[in-house]
Amino acid sequence: MSKKVLMKGNEAIAEAAIRCGCRHYFGYPITPQTEIAAYMSKRMPKIGGTFLQAESEIAAINMVYGAASAGRRAMTSSSSPGISLKAEGMSYLAGADLPALIVNVQRGGPGLGGIQPSQSDYFFMTRGPGHGDFHIIVLAPATVQEMADMTSLAFELGEKYRMPAMLLADGTMGQMMEPVSLPEETVDPESIPATKPWATTGTGMKRPHNIVNSLYLKPDELEKTNYERFERYAKLEREECRWEEYLMDDAEICVVSVGITARVSKNAIVAARKEGIKVGMIRPITLYPFPKAPLAAAAKKVKSFLTVELNMGQMNEDVKLAIGCSKSVAMCNRVGGMIPGADEVLAAIKKEAK
Amino acid sequence: MAVVFQKPKALTDAVLHYCPGCTHGIVHRLVAEAIDELGIEGRTIGIAPVGCSVMAYDYFKCDMIEASHGRAPAVATGVKRSLPDSVVFTYQGDGDLASIGLCETVSTACRGENVTIIFINNAIYGMTGGQMAPTSLIGQVTQTSPYGRDPKTQGMPIRICELLATLDAPAYIERVAVNSVPHVRQAKTAILNAFKTQVEGKGFSLVEVVSTCPTNWGLDPVAACKFVEEKMIPFYPLGNFRNRA
Amino acid sequence: MAKLTFREDLCKGCGMCVAACPKKILAISKTKLNHKGHAPVELTDPNACVGCASCALMCPDCVITVER
Repeated sequence: MSKKVLMKGNEAIAEAAIRCGCRHYFGYPITPQTEIAAYMSKRMPKIGGTFLQAESEIAAINMVYGAASAGRRAMTSSSSPGISLKAEGMSYLAGADLPALIVNVQRGGPGLGGIQPSQSDYFFMTRGPGHGDFHIIVLAPATVQEMADMTSLAFELGEKYRMPAMLLADGTMGQMMEPVSLPEETVDPESIPATKPWATTGTGMKRPHNIVNSLYLKPDELEKTNYERFERYAKLEREECRWEEYLMDDAEICVVSVGITARVSKNAIVAARKEGIKVGMIRPITLYPFPKAPLAAAAKKVKSFLTVELNMGQMNEDVKLAIGCSKSVAMCNRVGGMIPGADEVLAAIKKEAK
Repeated sequence: MAVVFQKPKALTDAVLHYCPGCTHGIVHRLVAEAIDELGIEGRTIGIAPVGCSVMAYDYFKCDMIEASHGRAPAVATGVKRSLPDSVVFTYQGDGDLASIGLCETVSTACRGENVTIIFINNAIYGMTGGQMAPTSLIGQVTQTSPYGRDPKTQGMPIRICELLATLDAPAYIERVAVNSVPHVRQAKTAILNAFKTQVEGKGFSLVEVVSTCPTNWGLDPVAACKFVEEKMIPFYPLGNFRNRA
Repeated sequence: MAKLTFREDLCKGCGMCVAACPKKILAISKTKLNHKGHAPVELTDPNACVGCASCALMCPDCVITVER
């Protein structure tokens, strides 16, 4: 394990991507994630990688599509309005079964919104990152260390299941600075395309041509590809859910939260416990696949749930679905870039405890 | 007796789905001939657009990628930056290249990406049934310009070669046509030159091919070739606009 | 002395080869239809063919192979 370095969340993603063999970054400036592009613009040329500031977020996701087709570990990053622009590109990546990393450091919306943090792209990223029936892997970091660790996880899972993967961070995760341990470089970037026999690397006149495509004009063929893809998603849901449980053994109230609000909630939970309230937290790490099983198990024991989110009520619905609406799921939320303090969350917990 | 003309090796055996007389078939062949003559099939990656030629991935023997509408130059950039020794070409229609993808076209040319763009200009949107294109002529009747293209409300046609020639970076820009035998020969030369430009690492190349759309022009294929000669070429003059090869 | 071979099954009867032939020895068949329902091109005077390949150059479907 290498020594700890004090890094900004955005920069930790960039460095972690390089350490796991990513040599192709295509991006566009947008607050609060531009540090990723700036960091890559300095690092990539020094190691023979590609940094390209594209003409738009649309161009950037399509450059990723090309690099991913060519078998490379490629990534782009943006924030909410720019991610909207990438919707078609994400659908194409999914439809062509291409692994790639898309980073969304969320800001307040809708529209141009604000530049302060939010978690309001939850529905967008977990329900429909673009048109059609598809999913992308969605990982939700809550520390700068997780920003780094989830970067390599995103590439690995994306390649294992042949689908795009997203790091869905709120703005605070991108901007905060914390000590982080980064792995040594273990992946040789040049070795990656050979692990992908479907990639368009040139036939070398040794094999039939590969076609990277999502167009199937015959409806029975298109239906088949959809069913096959969802079989992969089913396997992902069975085997790759990740979450963290905090003080859940005797909990009567279960807080569900990610990112900065999970950190604030932990402080509120500590304070609540001091007052004798039996509250714990389930913190999803994968938002897709959503950790339904631990939530369903908790529903048998707790009296109620409380989501703490920076949106108008999005993950709240997934908790309700996961527990079959068997218990109440309250919400403590702020939007527009406002973040609830521990006292606000504590008040919400106390309300549930009554 | 020796064979003096046959189907190039870089084309698959798939039957072309294009309309009778559609010049896509000629240009596909010229691209395949260039690939054969330069011996680059094994390291070529082609990028198909959205448009009538969306299924070009079935017609070329090299690795192929289907791009979203207008974004082929960005996809090409991603591929070329990933595999610098490959030969990357896009094949795009006038909607793909000059409407939705205009930004990607200009930006890719501006960056001087070492890729080759084959631009099929037939002044209409074929696949979707004959709507106005950025390159449709003044007065041209299309499904979305039923009274003829009116510059006051629908703007003037765009000349891509001239536009890109204002940029410093591109290495090879030429406009050709495929409506007659002499023009097809010149088109072949230009397309070969464009690929050579890339193979020699000289930079961005684009060949604009003034083409026909008999079905949506409402003309038979031979009359459509005449329309190119009499109406299109006067507005889109043939010739070379940049040659650093 | 020249020989043309036609892939009749690929011909769409577009007539561009007919217009291009400098010897005017190609014509769209008035009696035959291929399996797609197109009337294919026919060589009306094989002996007059000089193997210029103008027809093949204008054919979008690689119907014609030219030997000389």
